[in-house]
Amino acid sequence: MPKVQGAVVIDQARCKGCELCVVACPTDVLLLQPKEVNDRGYHYAYAASPDACIGCASCATVCPDACIEVYRAVEK
Amino acid sequence: MTQEEIIRPENKIYSRPELLTDAVTHYCPGCSHGVVHRIIAELLGEMNLADKTIGIAPVGCAVFAYNYIDVDWIEAAHGRAPALATAASRLNPDRLVFTYQGDGDLSAIGTAETIHACNRGENIAIIFINNAIYGMTGGQMAPTTLLGMKTATTPYGRTAELNGYPLAITKLLAELDGTCYVTRQAVHTPAAVRKAKSAIRKAFENSTAKRGTSVVEIVSTCNSGWKMTPDQSNKWMAEHMFAKYPLGDLKNV
Repeated sequence: MPKVQGAVVIDQARCKGCELCVVACPTDVLLLQPKEVNDRGYHYAYAASPDACIGCASCATVCPDACIEVYRAVEK
Repeated sequence: MTQEEIIRPENKIYSRPELLTDAVTHYCPGCSHGVVHRIIAELLGEMNLADKTIGIAPVGCAVFAYNYIDVDWIEAAHGRAPALATAASRLNPDRLVFTYQGDGDLSAIGTAETIHACNRGENIAIIFINNAIYGMTGGQMAPTTLLGMKTATTPYGRTAELNGYPLAITKLLAELDGTCYVTRQAVHTPAAVRKAKSAIRKAFENSTAKRGTSVVEIVSTCNSGWKMTPDQSNKWMAEHMFAKYPLGDLKNV
């Protein structure tokens, strides 16, 4: 079966660190930065284990600030 | 595949809708308003209605909606959005007119305007964000506040003796002859967001087809007003709010 892989690109300057994407992700790809903050002082989200991403776009669907882009590709 | 191979324009399946402006919203982290703004912007783009839409902004947290969604907006006095929407849709019958209102706006100060606009069956869509609290002014009790819920003005919890009962206004609106579609949705999970999006799509379609008034209530969170994290408030909402405000279609003709 061809393997579907995804990737997320997070606009870290726009992220407010609400953690809703972290909760929504079914494969635990995302986490909040434990120490780093963006210009607004929020612990922004980042892809901690990007290889687990399946490109389901659940994170982008629940993001209140529309700061997540999702890509999906099928391995040939 | 490496990340670089996946992150290519042809593989993009989701990005920020074009109708959202570049402004960073003033909403608190995790606020349901942001999600609803996003799905409205997505829908207006998908339905090619950007040039034909007039939004009516409320008073409340969403008062700056006109800064975030790139369509024509009118800012209404507190609670008067349905009255203004009536004028806008009668003067511009070829336009999609929708109001975006909170519970303090729609079910407290604007009750008369809301009920009469729905009873007249104006061809407008009403997006009703119900977070059971006055969010912008600091979390005071609203008509929709649940019994026992602690707010800034009911620090020991709302009681029926002192404060009356929570008002399920959407249920009232479903009884009126002028409404064609009344539904209650939420945006706390990806599945719920998709359902809410198709409900708003249906409301917009009803308005453009002149079938009457559509009301989409979004049961929402106000995590800063409720003094919880966004995730906690989503769970609290599913546990407590859905008992009084169950999700689903109340009327669909």
